[in-house]
Amino acid sequence: MYHIIKRDEPSPRQKLIIRILFVLAALAVSSIFVVFADANPLQLYIGIIDGCFGSLYRFAATIEKMVPLMILSFGVMVAFKMRFWNIGAEGQFLMGAAGAAAVVRFFPNLPLPAMLLFTALAAFAAGAIWLLIPAFFKAQFGTNETLFTLMLNYIALAFVTALQYDFWKDPAANGMPKIANFPENAQLPASHGFNLSILFAILIIVAMYYFMNRSKIGFEITVLGESENTARYIGINVKKTILTAAVISGGLCGLVGMIQATGVSGTLTTEITGGLGFTAIIVAWLSGLKVPYIVINSFAFGVLLQGASYIQTAFQIPGSVAEMIQGTILFFILASEFLIQYRVVSDRHKEEVA
Amino acid sequence: MNNEYVVRMKNITKSFGQVKALDHVEFSLKKGEVHAILGENGAGKSSLMNVLSGIYMPDSGSIEIKGETVRIPSPKSALSLGIGMLPQHYKLVDVFTALENVAAGSQKITPLINRKKILDDMGELNKSFGMDIDLNKRVSEMSVAEKQSLEIFKVLYRGADILILDEPTAVLTPQEIDNLFCIIKKMVSNGCSVIIITHKLEEVMTISDRITIMRKGQTVETVNKDETDAQELAGLMVGDVMELDIPFAVVERGKKSLEVKDITAYDRNKVAVLNHVSFDIYEGEILGVAGIAGSGQKELCEGIAGLYTLKSGQILFNGENILGKNPEAIHDLGISLSFVPEDRLGMGLVSSMDIIDNVLLKDYRSTKGLTISKTRSREKAEKLVEKLNVVTPAIENHAVSLLSGGNIQKVLLGREIQLNPKLLITAYATRGLDVGSSQIIYELLNDQKRKLKPILYVGEDLDVLMSLCDRILVLCEGQVTGIVNPRETTKEAIGLLMSGVKEEGERSCTIS
Repeated sequence: MYHIIKRDEPSPRQKLIIRILFVLAALAVSSIFVVFADANPLQLYIGIIDGCFGSLYRFAATIEKMVPLMILSFGVMVAFKMRFWNIGAEGQFLMGAAGAAAVVRFFPNLPLPAMLLFTALAAFAAGAIWLLIPAFFKAQFGTNETLFTLMLNYIALAFVTALQYDFWKDPAANGMPKIANFPENAQLPASHGFNLSILFAILIIVAMYYFMNRSKIGFEITVLGESENTARYIGINVKKTILTAAVISGGLCGLVGMIQATGVSGTLTTEITGGLGFTAIIVAWLSGLKVPYIVINSFAFGVLLQGASYIQTAFQIPGSVAEMIQGTILFFILASEFLIQYRVVSDRHKEEVA
Repeated sequence: MNNEYVVRMKNITKSFGQVKALDHVEFSLKKGEVHAILGENGAGKSSLMNVLSGIYMPDSGSIEIKGETVRIPSPKSALSLGIGMLPQHYKLVDVFTALENVAAGSQKITPLINRKKILDDMGELNKSFGMDIDLNKRVSEMSVAEKQSLEIFKVLYRGADILILDEPTAVLTPQEIDNLFCIIKKMVSNGCSVIIITHKLEEVMTISDRITIMRKGQTVETVNKDETDAQELAGLMVGDVMELDIPFAVVERGKKSLEVKDITAYDRNKVAVLNHVSFDIYEGEILGVAGIAGSGQKELCEGIAGLYTLKSGQILFNGENILGKNPEAIHDLGISLSFVPEDRLGMGLVSSMDIIDNVLLKDYRSTKGLTISKTRSREKAEKLVEKLNVVTPAIENHAVSLLSGGNIQKVLLGREIQLNPKLLITAYATRGLDVGSSQIIYELLNDQKRKLKPILYVGEDLDVLMSLCDRILVLCEGQVTGIVNPRETTKEAIGLLMSGVKEEGERSCTIS
């Protein structure tokens, strides 16, 4: 029989080497799919790099894919730091987008700066409320937040579907179930392909770094996550801290809804999230819930996403192949995390040691 | 003649790291007897039984079951030898019925469950042991006593004839205890042998045939019930008075600081864990709290610190009632109360944080604004490490959980003392520490006493309590069985009070 044993913490250098080896292995395995799709793997991989960094516009597209993922990961991080398993980033994202869309719909003539401010606030509030619901029940009655936040995703999706297919359906769209595109004054300004969200992102990186490392609330959230008993012992108000963290976590995820709706898709749709709310969980976790690593890993994911979409058009390979490459790399990275923390030992070996 | 013994354990030794939990222990069980194992906490009772039931492998020594030398590598193999241990915390599936709980995991069960046959088998067993288990009742609807009967039933159903009961009476009411003893007697008359771990002398005298007393990982003696009495047992259990090198600080005590009046608290099962407890503490005094583990010490400390809900009574701190206030509110009243909890890494400290952050835990609120500043905590941490000689490679980026037990406690106690509290509560302050570290802790406490601080010291080693404390409050099952002056009483007398023998205890103690 084989046993799995926790290993001693490897040095950062060893970790880096293990990860690079696994990414290379992932590329090797992906090559098999690529060959079956009648493409040259090496050319394709170079194509990915080219698609992400080949020109200023391509780089802007990479950043555009990174920013929402990064902010979502920050949102997830705040909750996870408290051991509050917010699996509902997807739903908070959708509700945030709906909140922004509501501002656009009901106050269509606001000047651009006011429009951006109010859509952002509405999106933040909508996301925050969407997480406050499970957080309230957790604080008050000790309900399990994992299932609760997960299920709220589907409610959010049903809600946005109802808006798109019925209540807010654009009558001018010839029966197409879509919400009217946002007017000019509700589009994030852009230049050379970079939209204003990059500014948001930089501000949020700095704010989150300080929040997690220097603020009292961040400290309290960390303590509460490590041990509720200690938190109570030093006099932290547990309920208040849970609710505060929920506002920040849900609010950040909601804010992404505004960025995507006003900056990328130009309106509210049910497909606006692209599953990023779930990917963010992986990013936050892989980054050990640390701000700098989230920035790096979100960028890496941005490269994967942009590279995949570029090679589809450039090499005329099916989208599913690009997705398989993404999936394989992700799978291998997760496997490497496992091997960084544990090692497999056979019984025979163990007895020899004993 | 050899067959008379169903269990013989010889020379059993088991160490955990540097701690010897069992040190050349001898134990034997005769067929058809009830054998009590008596001892204070940490005496090695449970460890010994864990060895017998296959949970621990002994480092050395031999075990004979029914005349044959055996190796018991797992609870499963223990069961196949007929040894069944009743866990202290019941392991039942709440949503299953009694029948399903018994059936689950039983080797007698075929892939398809023949409910009828099981019911018949069980019904028979139920009758022969005089148990009264409703096999179709869900565990979630059962009382503690019913769950216990079910656990016993489960073990018997699986064919055990050597039963180990680990503190079975701790959670039961007196009537339920009588009922349990009836079941035990039935088991014995059906050919079973029973080992019962306990620390209640009266029960030992009621139910057992022979008694083995353990102390500090060793067997002290095995005696026949008929040839002993509670007084002697208490003496054997606590041992001779040891000369300890703990100086008693002579301090003229000041005014009354804390007054606890008639507090009562209940646990989740609505059992009273504190039962009309009253006492007071003076400035410049160490009030010791003695008692068997789980007599209400934890609830008492946490109750005063505002972490455990008390149902009634008053806690007056310099005249102000703090009962029902949470730690934040107590702090806001300007009452600095320091509590060094029993669970150092789970409550007192954050195990994954370094010393600076752990100092910061109690400090971050004192600065204004929304941000934290580590400058002052760093200074305090440096001072603490230097003053208390904490052995650590770094005060930053080195989790406190990586320190040794003594150093962890120095960090915790040091932090609390640095806050210059008006009341210091310590729970098992030297548990798990070696002699040297313990001495430092005692010195720190005496220092605080000289500064006229009132100190509540919950301890488990009677020798220490008797040397260190001005007065000792004895708790038994949530009740105060006596408040004694250690210099005017004997260890046996306190031992009796701890075991709830109130009348005899009071006769030999003076209440101050």
